[in-house]
Amino acid sequence: MYGAVLIFLSTILSFAILKASPGSSVAIDNPRLSREYIESQKRLYGLDQPVWRQYLDWLGVPRLFGVGITRQAKTPDGKTVSITDESPRGILQGSFGKSIKYQQDVSTVIKSRLTATLQLNLLTLFITWAVAIPLGIYAAVHYQKIGDRIVSLISFVGMSLPGFFLALLLLWIFALNLQWLPPGNLKSLDHDKLPFWGRMLDLAHHLILPVTVLTMMSLASLQRVCRGNMLEVLRQQYVTTARAKGLPENKVVYRHALRNAVNPLVTILGFEFAALFGGAALLENVINFPGMGQLLLESLRAKDQAVVMAVFLIGSVMLVLGNLLAELLLAWIDPRVTLD
Amino acid sequence: MAQVAPTTSAEYSIEKGRSPLRVSLSNFLSHRPAVFGLFVLFILYVVALGADFIAPYHFDNEERSLQWSPPSNLHFSDENASGWRPFVYPIRSYIDDDFTIKTEPDKNVRLYFRFFITVPEYYFLGTVPLKTKLFGFDPAPAVVDGGEQYFSRYYMLGADMKGRCIFSRICYGSRVSMSIGILGAAIVFVIGMFVGGVSGYFGGAIDNVLQRLCELIMLLPGFYLLLMLRFLFPPDMSSVTVYFAVVLILALVGWAPLARVIRGMVLSIRSNDYIQSARAIGQTDLAIIVKHVLPNTLSYAIVAVTLAIPGYIIGESALSVLGLGIMEPIPSWGNMLQKATEINELQQHPWVLWPGFFIFVAIMAFNLVGDGLRDAFDPKLRKRD
Repeated sequence: MYGAVLIFLSTILSFAILKASPGSSVAIDNPRLSREYIESQKRLYGLDQPVWRQYLDWLGVPRLFGVGITRQAKTPDGKTVSITDESPRGILQGSFGKSIKYQQDVSTVIKSRLTATLQLNLLTLFITWAVAIPLGIYAAVHYQKIGDRIVSLISFVGMSLPGFFLALLLLWIFALNLQWLPPGNLKSLDHDKLPFWGRMLDLAHHLILPVTVLTMMSLASLQRVCRGNMLEVLRQQYVTTARAKGLPENKVVYRHALRNAVNPLVTILGFEFAALFGGAALLENVINFPGMGQLLLESLRAKDQAVVMAVFLIGSVMLVLGNLLAELLLAWIDPRVTLD
Repeated sequence: MAQVAPTTSAEYSIEKGRSPLRVSLSNFLSHRPAVFGLFVLFILYVVALGADFIAPYHFDNEERSLQWSPPSNLHFSDENASGWRPFVYPIRSYIDDDFTIKTEPDKNVRLYFRFFITVPEYYFLGTVPLKTKLFGFDPAPAVVDGGEQYFSRYYMLGADMKGRCIFSRICYGSRVSMSIGILGAAIVFVIGMFVGGVSGYFGGAIDNVLQRLCELIMLLPGFYLLLMLRFLFPPDMSSVTVYFAVVLILALVGWAPLARVIRGMVLSIRSNDYIQSARAIGQTDLAIIVKHVLPNTLSYAIVAVTLAIPGYIIGESALSVLGLGIMEPIPSWGNMLQKATEINELQQHPWVLWPGFFIFVAIMAFNLVGDGLRDAFDPKLRKRD
């Protein structure tokens, strides 16, 4: 499908940018390492192959044709042997490859970070939507009155505050001065020794700060969109008709107006779904949260290509899926929209 | 041509019509938050340009014996005399028994606040030699008291690790943030309008290719693309090169959404009659695009670009906080916040957070102005004249 082509192209783009950057994952500029060692390291990770071959290896195309990587190695008694590596390799065979920096399978490296980021994003998503929609409705219904003005002010401030600054501010107030919150990280040192509920509480305790920051930022825009849509809908003729019919006000608002106002919000939900696996690298860096954002940053610095490609692939796939989801949801909710 | 004699005003009066631009302008000016935002932006840009004059110290002016000094206390009176002129004491820094850095004032000398203080000659904007700064305190000779040296320095917002005045560095740092915002916005504006206009006007294969390109760029998550493109350049470049690289990267990432929307608008403008008549006269396609089609998208483009500037400011700050942006010693609000990310430093000297507050103010000002512009151009919110 069309989305698959886009994903494919985006992987080529990211691979190209990665390869074009100066530096290497093998420490080629360390004068203490012998050249043979560097060469053997490169061979080990497949970095001595031409660039296009590296990309195809990552995809797993050679494996489709039954081609493995052949290496020359010396047996203990001095004979030179050819070793062909036929293990599953490449995306098309389901393998993300090995991380050079962490010396593990990429899937292992990603798994823990992904769960952390997922917890953070899901919680943020839930809270944001649970708070923003009612706030938006409230602001629209009390248009230009004091309630609307206060909500608009708060959301405006929330939109303008840089995320990492808010995080630092909250850190200073709550973690350093009041000592109510832990200064970053996801788990305490004794996390694994705690009983089940202790572990849940510990996780929650650590998640309060990042979730608050992320919620503040996305709450503002979502609330404004909801308020704008509700305002437009409330001006429509059928709302006046419903009121003239004598319907109680909250039925007017919830049954008629809200239904029509949620259309653009549904699209937004699709995009938020797309961003679920992504991390906010800067925020994570500031509070030392072990999520996908930090993983990407460190891997970019270390030029760990397998990890970078894997993270990008996940991000692009999620985005395309999110787009699809947004379109499907829209078609489901809005009877005017038809799928093609 | 016959002159029409003016009839009495009882029958009808001829009013001069107001152009849409005038209407939008008066709408904007009646929007108080937007005007306030504009005022704040004006002040920020004045500070950015006049940092040499406004900032008490040069951004590189170190005084290592006074590192991490807290913000200086302003006094109006003490035991000796009282008055209304504010003053500070000369300070010295020492390490007490807990190994924390403390400052101690010398209460015998008072350094009074002055406007337009005389300083050693410096170059305003690198060209004009000047001898005054906007404000300052009396420069007293460093008092030597039993072997200890007191300095006549005043730190409005505290000092950083090398004893540089944080307020001064914020003034100089505003240059980076404010200019990157405007420069990035200008480039994105030009590229986005042009690509969107061409794509929407010509349609067909050109439109297809350009739109796929836009979607490809928008597919990769923005901040990560920023990071990746930054890593394309060597990590250790001079600050000036980094500055232009960052502007370039921001523009490359930012033009796609604008182009898409402009293209949508152009598609509907294209079918208007006046476009067809322009073609019938024989005007070239390029001229039609530039003179007829694009000006109709101008109102949206200006609003979109203004509201995108906060994103650029944050992008540059984010890169600098991570150490990938503007490097020392040139201050940028982002790289001044680097120290704040270390918990230890944040606890001992929380005044490192001040640059973040200024980032917030700048972003808020741009958002206010952008919102005001959007409401001013919106035909649904027009006031009936």
